[in-house]
Amino acid sequence: MNESNHSHMSDVEARVRALESLLSEKGYIDPAAIDALIDTYETKIGPRNGARLVAKAWTDSVFASWLREDTTAAVASLNFQGNQGAHFSLAENTPDQHNMVVCTLCSCYPWSLLGLPPVWYKSAPYRARVINDPRSVLADFGVTLPDSARIRVWDSTAEVRHLVLPMRPDGTEGWSEDELATLVTRDSMIGTGLAMTPEAVQR
Amino acid sequence: MNGVHDMGGMMAFGPVEPEPDEPTFHADWEGRVFGLNIAASATGAWNLDMGRSARESLPPAQYLASSYYENWLSGLERLVVKFSLVTEAELASGSSRGPARPQRNVLVADAVPKVSLGSGSMTSRPIATPARFNVGDEVITRNMHPKGHTRLPVYTRGKRGVVERVHGAHVFADAHAAGLGEAPQWLYTVRFSGTELWGEDSDPRLSTSIEAWESYLDVG
Repeated sequence: MNESNHSHMSDVEARVRALESLLSEKGYIDPAAIDALIDTYETKIGPRNGARLVAKAWTDSVFASWLREDTTAAVASLNFQGNQGAHFSLAENTPDQHNMVVCTLCSCYPWSLLGLPPVWYKSAPYRARVINDPRSVLADFGVTLPDSARIRVWDSTAEVRHLVLPMRPDGTEGWSEDELATLVTRDSMIGTGLAMTPEAVQR
Repeated sequence: MNGVHDMGGMMAFGPVEPEPDEPTFHADWEGRVFGLNIAASATGAWNLDMGRSARESLPPAQYLASSYYENWLSGLERLVVKFSLVTEAELASGSSRGPARPQRNVLVADAVPKVSLGSGSMTSRPIATPARFNVGDEVITRNMHPKGHTRLPVYTRGKRGVVERVHGAHVFADAHAAGLGEAPQWLYTVRFSGTELWGEDSDPRLSTSIEAWESYLDVG
């Protein structure tokens, strides 16, 4: 970090401290609640929730059908609702169609299933380009799809949160839900990646 | 509002840069800004859509040059003054110069699990009128340019699409952000072809959808 960046950051830090102190002094906020919010999103809510959901859909055909028909209720049955996670929609990948999720207007994202969004998801390059040139975005992630595959992009413009259901990798017959969950990356549930292959992960 | 936040289709921003093992927050202050936004909005002084509108209304050059959490900070500084939680002078000095205004709620630490992991904030609402559109209906989005908050991206205006899902009635973001109440409307997933959105040069294998409130749509 260079000198100018450093002084810039200090200015931001000072503004944050001043605002927190003022709102706390007024009694509008409880700093302990902010500590708890930070801890919650750093340690308690993350992509493992979504990975469990995907692994269950891969192994339990009744659950998978429910997830397709009433995504919100099926997610709720696993207690995976929460802030920025009230209404859900499923985008299921097939050999013919790959799905990708974006919020071109800002950063809408299924927090309760995937945690807080990564910086790139909120960044101008992703928001601007995935919507009309998704193959070039996939290239930025080192992902290449078959030429024949159609791509469907879901722009999250309301309070419906989209989750991509990646395809189950070949060679995973007989794997347990817990084992399968280890193959489900965050990016595979946004659509900028695919589920890992058995060869790519130590079983 | 036709702001720079509405980025779909803009060019020359460079590559997307994935970050291996990315931390939730890249500095302590980012976590504080995140938590401050959640806690301050929990007072009930403003709603989610007003919060989004505040960030979108930042000066365009500032919005583009700032990081995500810097914009959250700048948006929050505007909100606390606009909704009279503090005065400009208090914000500038960082200390209170008068009594607080009564608020509906103060988020305490014990309530954080319920807020973060509870049932979420449902935006679906009962509605007396039947849905105007059904799955499979052809629609055209309005060519509209409201000065206030809207969730109809510029790149989808005046475009022909097909209703793919019907989500029931939801709080209408445009009205809610303007302080006009929840004014629920039917909400649809509308799918467009790449060529409809981007012209003949578009990848013919591409399609895109948005969630659109009923008043964004006409019969196509």
